[in-house]
Amino acid sequence: MSSHPSPRLPSGGRIDRNRSLTFSFDGRKYHGYHGDTLASALLANGVKVVGRSFKYHRPRGIFGAGSEDPSALIRLGDGARAEPNTRASQVELYDGLVAHSQNNWPSLRWDISAALGLLSRFLPAGFYYKTFKWPGKFWPYYEHMIRHMAGMGRAPTDGDPDRYEKRHAHCDVLVIGGGPAGIAAAKEAAAGGGDVWLVDEGRPEAPADIKIMARTTAFGKYDDGLYGLLQQTDGDPATNAPRQILWLLRAKRVILASGAIERPLVFANNDRPGIMLATAAVHYLENYAVRAGKRAVIVTNNDSAYDAARVLIDGGIEVAAIIDQRHMAERREIEGCEILYNHAVIDTAGRHAVKSVTVAPLDVNGDAVPGSRRRIDCDLLCLSGGFTPSVHLCSQAGGKLAFRDDIQSLVPDTGVPGLEVVGAANGDGIAEARAAIALGHAPSKQFIDLQNDVTAADVALAAREGYQSVEHLKRYTTLGMGTDQGKTANLNGIAALGRALEKPMADVGVTTYRPPYTPVTIGAFAGRDVGAFLAPTRRTPMQEWHEENGAAFVPAGLWRRPHYYPRPGESPADAVSREARMVRQGVGIVDVSTLGRIDLHGPDTAEFLNRVYINGFKSLAIGMCRYGVMLRDDGMIFDDGTVARMDENHYIMTTTTANAGPVMAHLEFYLQVVWPELNVHLTSITDQWAVAAVAGPRARQLLENLDSDIEFANQALPFMAWRAGQIGGIPAQVYRISFSGELAYEIAVPAGHGKACWELLLEAGKELDVIPYGTEALTTLRVEKGHFVMGPEADGRASADDIGLGGMLSKRKDFIGKRSLRLPALAPEGRLNLVGLVPVDGKTAIPPGALLLDEALAMVDAEKAGHVATAVFSPNLDKPIATAMVRNGRERLGQQLWAHSPLDNRIVPVELVDPVFIDPKGERLRA
Amino acid sequence: MMLIPCPHCGPRDQTEFSYCGDATVTRPNVPEDADDAAWIEYLYLRDNHKGLHDELWQHVHGCRQMVRIRRDVRTHEIKAEDPS
Repeated sequence: MSSHPSPRLPSGGRIDRNRSLTFSFDGRKYHGYHGDTLASALLANGVKVVGRSFKYHRPRGIFGAGSEDPSALIRLGDGARAEPNTRASQVELYDGLVAHSQNNWPSLRWDISAALGLLSRFLPAGFYYKTFKWPGKFWPYYEHMIRHMAGMGRAPTDGDPDRYEKRHAHCDVLVIGGGPAGIAAAKEAAAGGGDVWLVDEGRPEAPADIKIMARTTAFGKYDDGLYGLLQQTDGDPATNAPRQILWLLRAKRVILASGAIERPLVFANNDRPGIMLATAAVHYLENYAVRAGKRAVIVTNNDSAYDAARVLIDGGIEVAAIIDQRHMAERREIEGCEILYNHAVIDTAGRHAVKSVTVAPLDVNGDAVPGSRRRIDCDLLCLSGGFTPSVHLCSQAGGKLAFRDDIQSLVPDTGVPGLEVVGAANGDGIAEARAAIALGHAPSKQFIDLQNDVTAADVALAAREGYQSVEHLKRYTTLGMGTDQGKTANLNGIAALGRALEKPMADVGVTTYRPPYTPVTIGAFAGRDVGAFLAPTRRTPMQEWHEENGAAFVPAGLWRRPHYYPRPGESPADAVSREARMVRQGVGIVDVSTLGRIDLHGPDTAEFLNRVYINGFKSLAIGMCRYGVMLRDDGMIFDDGTVARMDENHYIMTTTTANAGPVMAHLEFYLQVVWPELNVHLTSITDQWAVAAVAGPRARQLLENLDSDIEFANQALPFMAWRAGQIGGIPAQVYRISFSGELAYEIAVPAGHGKACWELLLEAGKELDVIPYGTEALTTLRVEKGHFVMGPEADGRASADDIGLGGMLSKRKDFIGKRSLRLPALAPEGRLNLVGLVPVDGKTAIPPGALLLDEALAMVDAEKAGHVATAVFSPNLDKPIATAMVRNGRERLGQQLWAHSPLDNRIVPVELVDPVFIDPKGERLRA
Repeated sequence: MMLIPCPHCGPRDQTEFSYCGDATVTRPNVPEDADDAAWIEYLYLRDNHKGLHDELWQHVHGCRQMVRIRRDVRTHEIKAEDPS
């Protein structure tokens, strides 16, 4: 095969030829070297076609050399580790690397969609908006079809097994870009002292005295000097080292030296494999000793192409011709290379990769002259359309851009405080160039955006249809919206729009650059905050006991509360019924440590509580507790709980589990902002106490079995009183309050004694058949008793009167939310009231969350009478019951409604009843 | 992510704070004396202007104090603290 020498030169490049690596692409084995990228290794193996394009399934090859490449996107890895849409030019080769081409079926070489030419007529600019807009109900089918035909790689469906880290850091100077300008700036900054960081996407060669973070992309500029950096590590998955690190870096000063990216030129069939940026061809030759082709043609509109030609010739690539679109007075000569001035490439040929180009002279308008074209054979076509400064981060930071005609590009204009742009990124030292405008009439597609398959004709069509703002053009055609962010496409898109509108490029405008500069894996943003680490789990002091004793848990915010304690062979429903029954008949204990506890101190505490709750608190005596409801200022119920007066100026408030944090913030807001004159100090003490509720007719017997100095007799510790003392040597507070409607006490002990106290209670209740019960039995008991809770009944739209607590609203004082009660919307007529429900047949379960309808066959848009809030099976009444919120419900007791659940397609006739099913007079809890 | 100057703790990351609304809204001193229009204005109506905005942030993961700042909502730049 001596007639086909390897594209790899025998020497040179920044590769380690002693370390040969094996990799596979589309199932075929290849060899490369340590130091290669996947792109350079594929080129070294003569692989030209690496994927199919987004819309038209055209064969595509390696087009660029770094993050600008819109074309060579592959799927890296297999199974759950597979990463779609990975840029081959940015993947460092490692032994055993597995990569696949994307967007082709059945194979890369023979793609059915492309072969049938199915797509090109269907997918002009704005095709999503036009072609498939009617009839709307067919859209899911159209979408399925389009997604199958067009689109990028597929994401794996399994969880990502790799590890990602997140780090926060500060530095004095951040230099972005490790080219000559960046290194010079970093050296200067380092000489001035301070902590200097230099980041670069690749592995720049730099003096040893500068700290370099290689393979690190500054992808975003955020507020107050915060930069997002994504570092690719060499983490080996086998060692569980992180694959990527997301840095959140705050820098005092930033020097942007991100360089410039070469632009392609726009002509027919300018997307075939074998066509690449001239800088990319030079890059592969110099850094990897790879010849991207044997015989090249270079097409250009600027002087940089001549240097590129000499490098390629020195590397052993034959340069057949330089096609210079400019009309030049001064002629140059390069040995063995034909130079054609005032000519352009107008088309290319080659089934899978470029085999020849067609060139033609240009007329004064820059259009090809008909008739005088010729073909030049080549297997490499280098595009050199000028250079675009990488101003992304400057624009993200709010810096305005200005168009510079000489380089046909946007450069930073207004400064950004703390950000300095240097080198090519600032437009310095860039070769003068002409616009890379497309020809007016071309035989076939002239691509501007290779990643999103946007052509010059698409831009012209969009302009004709009125999408003349560059922002509209972008959204309508998707130009520049790919994962490459249009790094090679945006300027040519502006040029094409300018040509269509007959406007100078400077007047066309530019779209706003937004983070990220290059794609960032979602895993990197998540870091270690996944699975069990997503949020901390709060554990009560009794958690260990619940776990050891087989509790089934239910999440409640960050807590995991015991849901029920199933006995062997018991179903969940049976366990809940048993627990709820045994509490009403005997005694049970439940862990209520999750309720919020706030300690209030200060001479104005009574006044403050009086303003916070709807009912009065000034008369609350030391040693007593009071139930209270608080509203938001808009009159809706915000939370409920009890307050115990500990001492003259000392109170302890409990809140619901879910609202512990919001209630604290609410109280702090009013004390700091609205009533700063009140002298009250708040401390959250939720975590400092363990609390168990003892409930049931035998609750007092249980407590009397304890070794305690507290007198539990009804007269000594009446309903709503509290006492301090000790239980088995543990300091304790005992509150006689009830949530279940039974005789009940809450025992609070310092958190460290929680488990010991819990076990003492169980021991003391052994002869009384005490049981632990969970939150589901707690719910059953409170629904039986007609107690509302925050959430299902008081859902943020319920007033105190709606819930049936209108009698608690004090008329003698002002309180938060009181003024709103006079607003027309709060007038009682037509509001949803809390009521009880029972099934008409006495046995059919009421679907939770069901809609309540006046008629069984009501239309879907008929006005609803209300909705079911909480539905349970009551073991004590031996039938299903529920709470519901019903319009004017208190006036409708005894009437029948239909509980309709579209989710499980059930309709149950229900009767409206008083919400208090058990002991409406409250005799049990005062017993 | 902004750096919010907490007068008690120094400049801290925005994630330590929670937003507590427009600082120029004042609750009527005697709510019962406010007419419906004034009360509704206080409860619900907020200006959304382009430019400087006085607002309250609570340093919830720090000292828990309310911090009043003047922020340019176009740029997120926090200007010198409001003297009031």
